[in-house]
Amino acid sequence: MSILQTPGSDGRFGDFGGRFVPETLVPACQELEAAFTDAWNDPAFRAELDHLLREYAGRPSMVTECHNLSEQLGIRLFLKREDLNHTGSHKINNVLGQVLLAKRMDKKRIVAETGAGQHGVASATAAALLGLECKVYMGEVDTARQELNVFRMRLLGAEVEAVTSGSRTLKDAVNEAMRDWVASVETTHYCLGSVMGPHPYPFMVRQFHRVIGSEAFDQMNDVIGTSPDYVVACVGGGSNAMGIFSGFVDTPAQLIGVEPAGGAAVHRGQPGVVHGMKSYLMQDEYGQVSEAHSISAGLDYPGVGPEHSYLASIGRAQYPTVTDDEVIAAFQLMSRAEGIIPALECAHAMAWISREAKNMQGKTVLMNLSGRGDKDVGQMMSILKDLM
Amino acid sequence: MTGRLESALRARIEGGGKCLVPYITGGYPGWADAVRACAANGADAIEIGIPFSDPVMDGPIIQQASQIALEAGATPVSILHEVRSLDVGIPLAVMCYYNTVFHAGHERFAHDLVAAGISAAIIPDLPLEEAGEWCAAADAAGIETVMLAAPTAPDDRLPRVADRARGFVYSVGLLGVTGERAELALTATTLAARVKKITKKPVLIGVGVSNAAQAVEASRVADGVIMGASVVHRMIDGGSEAVGLFVAEVRAALDGATW
Repeated sequence: MSILQTPGSDGRFGDFGGRFVPETLVPACQELEAAFTDAWNDPAFRAELDHLLREYAGRPSMVTECHNLSEQLGIRLFLKREDLNHTGSHKINNVLGQVLLAKRMDKKRIVAETGAGQHGVASATAAALLGLECKVYMGEVDTARQELNVFRMRLLGAEVEAVTSGSRTLKDAVNEAMRDWVASVETTHYCLGSVMGPHPYPFMVRQFHRVIGSEAFDQMNDVIGTSPDYVVACVGGGSNAMGIFSGFVDTPAQLIGVEPAGGAAVHRGQPGVVHGMKSYLMQDEYGQVSEAHSISAGLDYPGVGPEHSYLASIGRAQYPTVTDDEVIAAFQLMSRAEGIIPALECAHAMAWISREAKNMQGKTVLMNLSGRGDKDVGQMMSILKDLM
Repeated sequence: MTGRLESALRARIEGGGKCLVPYITGGYPGWADAVRACAANGADAIEIGIPFSDPVMDGPIIQQASQIALEAGATPVSILHEVRSLDVGIPLAVMCYYNTVFHAGHERFAHDLVAAGISAAIIPDLPLEEAGEWCAAADAAGIETVMLAAPTAPDDRLPRVADRARGFVYSVGLLGVTGERAELALTATTLAARVKKITKKPVLIGVGVSNAAQAVEASRVADGVIMGASVVHRMIDGGSEAVGLFVAEVRAALDGATW
């Protein structure tokens, strides 16, 4: 039996998950759960999604062996190239699935939250392609540090609202998207961007990203004849990590989800309830949710998807942290050694690999390169001043 | 056994009147005086908000008040401590988000409410399916858990929500978050009428009931109203005096109407 679970109607992964939403949203979550189950079991829906993933998003994404870094670090390093998907990250897998589902449910409009802007751009893209209205909520701090993505979303026809409440980052963007959804639920689908939120989102979003892991499983088998020793991905909400972990959770591979030191929900949090789910959460002694602080807008989140909390609780995956300084170094390391500019989020995974390579000599390591770093270049220009 | 909150509301209803439950954000500077002003001007019960960092059911006014209260250092412990000395003579309910309860622990939180003299709890992000553990602890401690009935609820859900409700059934006045609106939404009275049909418990409309005229309009169908943003807005602008005047105005309108 697989460690990957299909949650029952209570939406639980072990003790985690659930559906902690206002009564107003319960029927919508139930409707979505039924619609997803129906669509996922419908060969016509799956064929339409597969077609879009192939012909529009550019799947399958390749696996690249990093010869230079491998030599330098004394390991054998492979990258799963989600950065080469259309819109520049893994986010498109989930968004194409959800927007197709929204159409199937006869919704006319989607709302989405975004941190770094990758999910917002993917949502705006899918909405443009499939003819839905799209509104994206983004924290004001993030609209400032990711202004290129704000422009991209507007260019794609989406409305972008800068969220000024709370910490003005991803968590507040989720709050605002949920407030919108409470008011617009009859016509609107909430296109949630990670393996988080109320049931069925953590399960559904993971299913839409399983393609990452199942492709990578076959690709690694083709190249090395087995599974890698380590599978490494960055974790904010945790969608790219769940996607690649899902392909290897039942193999002997060690699963490593790398969190930013300033947003380490699993590493430093306690079980709590926010954004519709019970999961590890950074919070104070009264249960007030802490503000995360990370150089990477996409990981600036005090919670984590409930299935990660479950994998951590049973010891199947580890969730170490890296600091912003280690991330900045890794961002440059991958750029110079391999000619690949990683998203700052993925530079977290690279930072952990680089730091721990001494303990993994001779091992094979598969890292999910979930996004490209073009969006981060503006922000990094102000940090790497000596390159200017 | 009928709890203290439900008894107080029933007394008002059986006397031919309509219930008025104002909401005050706990921990906002001067909030205790605002609670006293509500009680002195005709409130039947008072809802005290425990501010939370991520209030997804609240619009801008209550968000702002919560933020100011948190910045002033308010915590669930400090608010409940201050509640003990309020002595307003009418039932008090807390409105809080579920993580506040979960983090404290269900039994401990229920016990803390009892110790502070609180009669009831309203937890807007705790729907029926997730409410079991809290309700068991609350029932055991004698805390009445108010359940929310939503405009989106299908007919087979409403009776289950109403059955689980203690104190009263909170009939959500519109699709959306708390805040003042120019007009009472049509869904407010439609839903309240649906709920009234399936329960004998008091049914109060809250969310989007913004002034005395809307309170009267809502009470044509419901047993009364909860008024949040409109009260908090006056607390922010004019302190407890403005709150008292507003509550008195709504009370007079409800008492002056013919039902």
